[in-house]
Amino acid sequence: MAVVFEKTKGLTDAPLHYCPGCTHGIVHRLVAEVMEELGVLDKAVGVAPVGCAVFNYDYFSCDMVQAPHGRAQAVATGIKRAVPENVVFSYQGDGDLAAIGTAETVHAATRGENITVIFINNAIYGMTGGQMAPTSLPNQITQTTPYGRDTNYAGYPIRVCEMLSTLDGVALAQRVSVDTPKNVMNAKKAIKKAFENQIAGKGYSIVEVLSTCPTNWGLTPTEALTWLRDNMIPYYPLGVYKDKEDVK
Amino acid sequence: MSEKVLMKGNEALAEAAIQAGCRHFFGYPITPQTELAAYMSKRMPKIGGVYLQAESEVAAINMVLGASAAGVRAMTSSSSPGISLKSEGISYLAGSDLPCLIINIQRGGPGLGGIQPSQADYWQATKATGHGDFQILVFAPSTVQEMVDLVAGAFDKADKYRMPAMILADGMLGQMMEPVAIGEADVKLPEKEWATSGHKGKRKHNVINSLYIDPNVLENIVVERYKKYETIEATEQMSESYLTEDADIVLVAYGASSRIARSAVNSARELGIKAGLIRPISLWPFPKDVVAKAGDTAKQILTVEMSMGQMVDDVRLAVNGKCPVSFFGRTGGIIPTPAEVLEEIKKLAGGAV
Repeated sequence: MAVVFEKTKGLTDAPLHYCPGCTHGIVHRLVAEVMEELGVLDKAVGVAPVGCAVFNYDYFSCDMVQAPHGRAQAVATGIKRAVPENVVFSYQGDGDLAAIGTAETVHAATRGENITVIFINNAIYGMTGGQMAPTSLPNQITQTTPYGRDTNYAGYPIRVCEMLSTLDGVALAQRVSVDTPKNVMNAKKAIKKAFENQIAGKGYSIVEVLSTCPTNWGLTPTEALTWLRDNMIPYYPLGVYKDKEDVK
Repeated sequence: MSEKVLMKGNEALAEAAIQAGCRHFFGYPITPQTELAAYMSKRMPKIGGVYLQAESEVAAINMVLGASAAGVRAMTSSSSPGISLKSEGISYLAGSDLPCLIINIQRGGPGLGGIQPSQADYWQATKATGHGDFQILVFAPSTVQEMVDLVAGAFDKADKYRMPAMILADGMLGQMMEPVAIGEADVKLPEKEWATSGHKGKRKHNVINSLYIDPNVLENIVVERYKKYETIEATEQMSESYLTEDADIVLVAYGASSRIARSAVNSARELGIKAGLIRPISLWPFPKDVVAKAGDTAKQILTVEMSMGQMVDDVRLAVNGKCPVSFFGRTGGIIPTPAEVLEEIKKLAGGAV
């Protein structure tokens, strides 16, 4: 019988530990498929964050490095500068990339570091049990904003793609979502472009993926997708915020 | 042997690292290590190397982590407050069994402290460069020539044992100029089959990691690492002994303060006091065998440091009560004078001279 579908070679056979309804699994698959399609699995090196995705060093079949919290893009910089032929990506959540790792993110971006950054924005700290993230929405209830995020007190969420789009070193800053099959296909296109940019030496590319955390949002998987559409997309509009190709 | 040239300690360290095959330097500006990074920024582009100025010490050490994971010889340099910022990364490097070279040109602390020479980071370097159970190799040169001579060995041992190494110098050694010969080393960099630089379709993926969620696994890994540390403690102790064989009073001092202690020993000898000096070169592993032996023969041991007394703890542990151990030090960027140290020796000699 003809094989019509196979799991990507970019993933190992290790079972994923993610909660039901979490979209990390979808994004892992997209990243792995893109690397396989581009034929770079043999020279890819991924950097795992601290957070729910830390164990992705067991899931991606390419070489992997686990970085200290927030430092993934500094680690990725070291790998890329050491062996420029490597295709280097970091995979980070919102706490890792936009709170403790803000400096590493902004400076890797402004250096135009020739790496690919996959940014999972689910508006909450997942692994530690649902605390306020830098991207938690105004009035969002979390473990550490039990009365809702009061912007007068706890400040406002960071829109990472918009912020990075002002930097000359950024080749691509694009926000996508994986809440519908159509959006999943768009997300894959964006991720592919972010890797192609690196292969072409175009510089820093970041794809922000709006993601769900049903466990810490206190919702079912389907409710979580609805919550993402109703609450996150209005605050974090999908789209391309910077594309060097458009600038020329 | 190559010709001698006059060089600042900081620049000599940098050139020695290049000669030892290092082509990847990541740093952040701080006094008094400044010339080291500046030298690298000038030299690296000319030899196909990488000099990268990071946005912070935190980022710099993590760039070192990435480069080391990719299998190259990588280093960073800083001064005391900057090393504190690197401590997180150093712990991860140790926990990931990654080699690298870290240079600390010490200045006075705590806090922003000062910018004058100090040895107040001994505890940090040898006991607690970061969280968790681990050690790093620590070497303490006392001349510009020795700053050069220790670099290649530090890189080699870091590679051999897969752990970070540190050169612990100070602002005096970093800033002073001395004649120095830097040989062109015949560098053979080791194969690193563990490196994450792409599996090239030839092997399963390599993973560089310091996370072990199962405490039994983590305990085993730490215990295995400590077996390696035991081997290092048994085989890698380095020190220099000066006039210790018949010495009644043995001084123990490293780095810049050992130069002052040596002058004081010479002056004491002129006064008829049998003084000698043990100069630890490796601070971890501490040369405890030599110090313990001195405890058997000396009447007094005097530790001299540019701190409030840190290495003296290791001296006391090594001597283990066999003879009195006292301490003299200046701190905050003050360098003790030979006359001050001589006074301490005279006191210990019981005022007989």
